[in-house]
Amino acid sequence: MSSYSRFWRVFRRNKLAIFGGLVVFVFCVLAVLAPWIAPHDPYMGDLLWRLRPPAWVDGGSWDYPLGTDNLGRDILSRILYGTRISISLGFLVIGICTAIGVVLGLVSGYVGGAVDAVIQRVVDTLLAFPYLVFALALMAAFGPGFVNMVLALTYKEWVTPCRIVRSEVLSAKENTYVEAARAIGASPTRILFAHILPNVVPSAIVVATLRVGWVVLMEASLSFLGLGIQPPTPSWGAIIADGRNYLFRAWWISTFPGIAILLLVLGINLLGEGLRDALDPRLANAPLEQ
Amino acid sequence: MTLTYLIRRLLQAVPVFLGVTFIVFLLMYMTPGDPVDLMMGEGSVVSEEEIEQLRHELGLDRPFYEQYGRFLAGIFRGDLGNSITHRRPVATLIWERLPATIELTLLAGVIALAVAIPAGVVSAVRRYSVLDAVGSIASLIGVSMPGFWLGLILIIFFSVTLKVLPVAGRITYGTGLEPRTGFFVLDAILQGNGRALVDVLKHLIMPAFAMSVVMMAMTMRLTRSSMLEVINQDYIKTARAKGLANRTVILRHALRNALIPVVTTVALNLGSLLGGNMIIESVFAWPGLGRLVVESVYARDYPVVQGCVLVYALIYVSLNLIADLSYAYLNPKIRLE
Repeated sequence: MSSYSRFWRVFRRNKLAIFGGLVVFVFCVLAVLAPWIAPHDPYMGDLLWRLRPPAWVDGGSWDYPLGTDNLGRDILSRILYGTRISISLGFLVIGICTAIGVVLGLVSGYVGGAVDAVIQRVVDTLLAFPYLVFALALMAAFGPGFVNMVLALTYKEWVTPCRIVRSEVLSAKENTYVEAARAIGASPTRILFAHILPNVVPSAIVVATLRVGWVVLMEASLSFLGLGIQPPTPSWGAIIADGRNYLFRAWWISTFPGIAILLLVLGINLLGEGLRDALDPRLANAPLEQ
Repeated sequence: MTLTYLIRRLLQAVPVFLGVTFIVFLLMYMTPGDPVDLMMGEGSVVSEEEIEQLRHELGLDRPFYEQYGRFLAGIFRGDLGNSITHRRPVATLIWERLPATIELTLLAGVIALAVAIPAGVVSAVRRYSVLDAVGSIASLIGVSMPGFWLGLILIIFFSVTLKVLPVAGRITYGTGLEPRTGFFVLDAILQGNGRALVDVLKHLIMPAFAMSVVMMAMTMRLTRSSMLEVINQDYIKTARAKGLANRTVILRHALRNALIPVVTTVALNLGSLLGGNMIIESVFAWPGLGRLVVESVYARDYPVVQGCVLVYALIYVSLNLIADLSYAYLNPKIRLE
């Protein structure tokens, strides 16, 4: 039986993982279709309709199913557009970090010696910074904006895949197939990329999936503090911050984007854990740094 | 724990410490804009000579390595420079704010562990029961939720709707509490001021709970998986075969061993809890270190940001060290390596 069909056999029995995958898929579809399905313009408000409650509450209207904010903008439309930012940033940051982490992890584990020592000291140093504190300092130093946001979220995120791939390489190195490849005269690059890399891919995928949720949470946190995506761009964290001054009059502004974050991150975590159990159960106790 | 292990581990922390100070220094060195410009403020009338004079006094005209050397030397003297907005030493500002943050973090940690460890044990012992399912789903939701959002939801529920808890702050004005240690709970107890104690606890409970949720969820999951692993070990079977009561087997034999990885992770999590407290402190207007960082970022008060990042990192490194040492102490296998 191929490893693919074995993976699928385990994975599809995990109903929670299938549910998680479905949630993530739905959010991706919503992100793509946002301009066509959003009932209103997320930037243009109607001041006559400001601070309207959700449809099922007295004074609400189905024109604005989740209510409106202080500028009369439709919350549902803003959340739908916010999906685009959370999802694209999540995948972009994790994509970059996985690429960096895997390459450095491969090199660190395979070459060893001084190269390994240097990379591992950098890893140790970065691990010494609480994630959000340093990201905040970076945003403060370089100013808000999409590119700076990607940088601020990337600085430490590559460390997790790097460490996990490194330890995988260290154990793979001792295997007979690597010795065999070396015996027939394969170059180190070839051994690394053709023989060892395919064996660390499953762990890298699992770690990457589990970390997307974390990045979504960090983006929301930075935007909530006003140091991430800038208004009027609708990002989930920023919408929650908009509602902060209206907690007493309009609870719905802050409540619904938070539910969207919760659902997306929950979906990602369920999917990631399902992938882990099917691809690489040993990772269950792997350290996932904050 | 052998002395050599302790010394080796302490020595390993030295390059990390130097790396941290270097990165923090570099961050502010590369920041666009000069501290002098910020100190002068916009539209102030100062001559070029005066600016040069100030730059010289602050050592900003010296080469990079010399400035870093001064920065490092300052750290060892406990001198982190002066705040631009508060016009006071950064170290003093941090020192004043630290008790509020420690008080909040400790309470959050206590809440997290008090719930997570018993819940994790029950989940493992009654695996696949309804309780286990509820616990697992709750902990999954816990790790997937933004803490600051939970904070706002708590405010909406307890402060806006039920009106039983204060929205923000640390204490109500006029409770007659004299801040001596800076830890208000301790101060209230020492002064026998019951009214103040209740007031302080009312202010503490929401931010502490909002902060504790992530750690609670993570610790619960870890306790569960660690317990499950231990329960299947031979020595547990032996203990059962001896005819010991189930309670004794679980609490005395299984839990003690299952807690080894938990203790280590808790020390690490306490560090991230501290990092995450920044945003919770902002939500609840909690006058701690986290709010100081956020305010200083808004005010572009770079010396304060720099000092706070450094303090956070040092606490984090120390907690990592404690985690490693406690692991070595609790788990004899590590020491042999």
